[in-house]
Amino acid sequence: MTSPGASVFDRLERLLPFVSKPIQYIGGEVNSVTKGWDDVEVRWALMYPDAYEVGAPNQGVQILYEVINERPDALAERTYAVWPDLEALMRANGVPQFTVDAHRPVGDFDLLGLSFSTELGYTNMLTALDLAGIPVLASERDSSHPVVVAGGHAAFNPEPIADFIDAAVLGDGEEAVLLITDIVKSWKAAARPGGRAGLLLELAKTGVVYVPSLYDVEYLPDGRIKRVAPTSPDVPWRVRKHTLMDLDQWAYPKAPLVPLAETVHERMSVEIFRGCTRGCRFCQAGMITRPVRERSITGIAQIVENGLEKTGYEEVGLLSLSSADHSEIADVARNLADRYEDSQVSLSLPSTRVDAFNVDLANELSRNGRRSGLTFAPEGGSERMRKVINKQVTEEDLIRTVTTAYAGGWRQVKLYFMCGLPTETDEDVMQIATLAREVIRAGREVTGRKDIRCTVSIGGFVPKPHTPFQWAAQLDHEATDARLRKLKDAIRNDREFGKSIGMRYHDGKPGIVEGVLSRGDRRVGPVILQAWRDGARFDGWSEHFSFDRWMNAAAVALEGQPVDVDWYTTRERQRSEVLPWEHLDSGLDIEWLWEDWQDALAEIPVDDCRWTPCFDCGVCDQLDTEIQIGPTGVVTLPMPELPPIPVLASRES
Amino acid sequence: MPPQPPARDVAPTVQRLRLRYAKRGRLRFSSHRDFQRALERALRRARVPMAYSAGFSPHPKISYANSAATGVASEAEYVELGVSQECDPEAVCRALDEALPPGLDVLEMVVARTPDFAQRLEASLWRVELPGVREEQASAAVAALMAASEVMVERMTKNGLRTFDARGAVIHATCAAGSSGDEPCAILTMVVRNGTPSVRPDDVLSALHSVAELVPPIPPRVTRLAQGPLDAAGAVVLDPLEPDRAAGS
Repeated sequence: MTSPGASVFDRLERLLPFVSKPIQYIGGEVNSVTKGWDDVEVRWALMYPDAYEVGAPNQGVQILYEVINERPDALAERTYAVWPDLEALMRANGVPQFTVDAHRPVGDFDLLGLSFSTELGYTNMLTALDLAGIPVLASERDSSHPVVVAGGHAAFNPEPIADFIDAAVLGDGEEAVLLITDIVKSWKAAARPGGRAGLLLELAKTGVVYVPSLYDVEYLPDGRIKRVAPTSPDVPWRVRKHTLMDLDQWAYPKAPLVPLAETVHERMSVEIFRGCTRGCRFCQAGMITRPVRERSITGIAQIVENGLEKTGYEEVGLLSLSSADHSEIADVARNLADRYEDSQVSLSLPSTRVDAFNVDLANELSRNGRRSGLTFAPEGGSERMRKVINKQVTEEDLIRTVTTAYAGGWRQVKLYFMCGLPTETDEDVMQIATLAREVIRAGREVTGRKDIRCTVSIGGFVPKPHTPFQWAAQLDHEATDARLRKLKDAIRNDREFGKSIGMRYHDGKPGIVEGVLSRGDRRVGPVILQAWRDGARFDGWSEHFSFDRWMNAAAVALEGQPVDVDWYTTRERQRSEVLPWEHLDSGLDIEWLWEDWQDALAEIPVDDCRWTPCFDCGVCDQLDTEIQIGPTGVVTLPMPELPPIPVLASRES
Repeated sequence: MPPQPPARDVAPTVQRLRLRYAKRGRLRFSSHRDFQRALERALRRARVPMAYSAGFSPHPKISYANSAATGVASEAEYVELGVSQECDPEAVCRALDEALPPGLDVLEMVVARTPDFAQRLEASLWRVELPGVREEQASAAVAALMAASEVMVERMTKNGLRTFDARGAVIHATCAAGSSGDEPCAILTMVVRNGTPSVRPDDVLSALHSVAELVPPIPPRVTRLAQGPLDAAGAVVLDPLEPDRAAGS
């Protein structure tokens, strides 16, 4: 019998010569932290439920890892989804799911926190639980098992995974993990009153987390939900999201992890603000992260400076939901470009805003570098469609913007669109081809060259909870594919411009599974379990995803129920229907969401409340938060003086 | 249309530094590319004034020689750095070792004062631990290998399956008894010529399988102990940095 928290690396090591990219399982990242198991009282395993190369750069996990490890009484280690080759070897050799920091068994921790950016990570959670020796069903766990907590955007509707998780955190995690740590610490210190159930009740009572097992869901005979109610009078009817205010006080990550393995983002990320009030009606991130809270220009510069020193990265990405919207972005860009002009550091601003100002920013940040491609996101192909989704961009805006980009030396413009939006017709999608043609025509005119290119990248629209489109019907995958085929033919058959236009898209099938998982209720849990038992893993990877496996699983698990896949996806909901996530409070007033949905159907736009009066979405009032934006008045940052290079040969020698 | 921004000035090389580093413990699972990224970042953290190549995406001047395969540990990997300001090699050695994760350890550094460093890496001294294999078993297999004049083996490479002789490159090989926990563990020590096609320890293990059915029940642990020129008798691997040291003193 090994002691809790003992490393399993010796046993894992013997398996590593037989798996691909073993480096992803060894940890050892610069700035990673390993604490003594017995030196702390509360132990978190944090999981990003995808492969290491995707999960390691995730900002949410990195921030919480640091926030928890800063506490002397707690530790956090990380774990990621193992690929099927290692999974098979671990099962055959009895090696449990492990953390990459100290290779401790995940089952030994007090808490397992999972960050779900997307619903497609649900099956990877089940693999990890099973490999960890934790029963996949929460109802079968006892006090020897970790408390499984879900967070991230997908946790705003955790009902499909209610059977598997013990609790969910809504919103920003920084303060929430500290509160949970305090509660678990007191519960352990008091000799675990009430056992596991006692802890979950304690967590739920405070409103810090949502504990699905303490809520009952009743259904109507036609399959709709009748009501969702707490089973204990001590538990709140609705659970609110957490909102972190004053971002300058939370300058995380202070020491970003630098993986040895290659990952999808080989750069340092700096979050320059959180939240977005542009009001794009399809965008769940924009709706659930309100209000806008900016980091100041000085706060940003400090994070960049400190992070580069601690990581040695060569590239910095200034991240947010719409980075060009930061109130001080022009000064931020100019100051950082000045500061790093003579170094090899490159700066990037992954903004897709369609306006000339955005191109100016990109020009500033690429002063010394290569100008290859710029990306813009009109999202809707036709003017009408853009009114429906509240993306206030005219064709004229787009042409003016790309003209500026091509004239500034950019060779390639990428345009993001969606297919399957509410009220969309074939004609709306065909407008994408027209737009791309006009973009190339304008580009050739302003540059006098024929080698400029435009790529249109098209994603299938999936309606998400807590957005005005939460009531909308999703387009079925056959119709999505037919529309995309028609568009592709139109582009290919364009003799004059077709060769300058690229098109990237995915078929509509994965979107249907994502749709079930996004707007599903607790009856979807057995579907996930069935699909996982049938082999579903890494559903976000096309080489692992199987649509048929999911449809078969749904047919088996929903047999005898009045609901099916179409009921969850292609069915439009009425205002009177109780939505599975209505007891989870994102701050958005449901009446406002419904009005915005009606406005969408009437093609009426809504403005951004940063620059126009409040339109009562409900977030600031209900959650007692406020918009926190600049400008701060600081326009020029002091240029930091670098200390002398320490490794130079001394002058006298 | 306006021209693209000009290529920036390049920091020219004023000094070259040669270093030996080790790849130890769990870090032996890092690939050559993993090490390259880690080294470049560590050089920036340590503020080593690197020289850069010209062009639109300037690269720091680093030459890698003959790196050990993923999964293989090493005490003798070599890299050459071009710097744009004269540096104290011992200070760079310490700073860089500090900046790299434990397990990627910079062991020594000298100023390059002689040409043709890569050609100096003639042969490698390898240590192969074979847990679960008895010494007599391993010795018999090695004797069979050394008695053969040629043993053809196959390996999957980027360019498909290749067949080549693994015996010719083996200069000498000996076995000793060791232990790994409760299990017996033969320890194979051998000097293998670096060349083309490169014969790696796993190729020698394939050869042992082919001549004597030797099949280790547990993955062997391979370590490169030394790399460098062979002595006059052609048997001992010498220190490849010695000529630079001698030229400097």
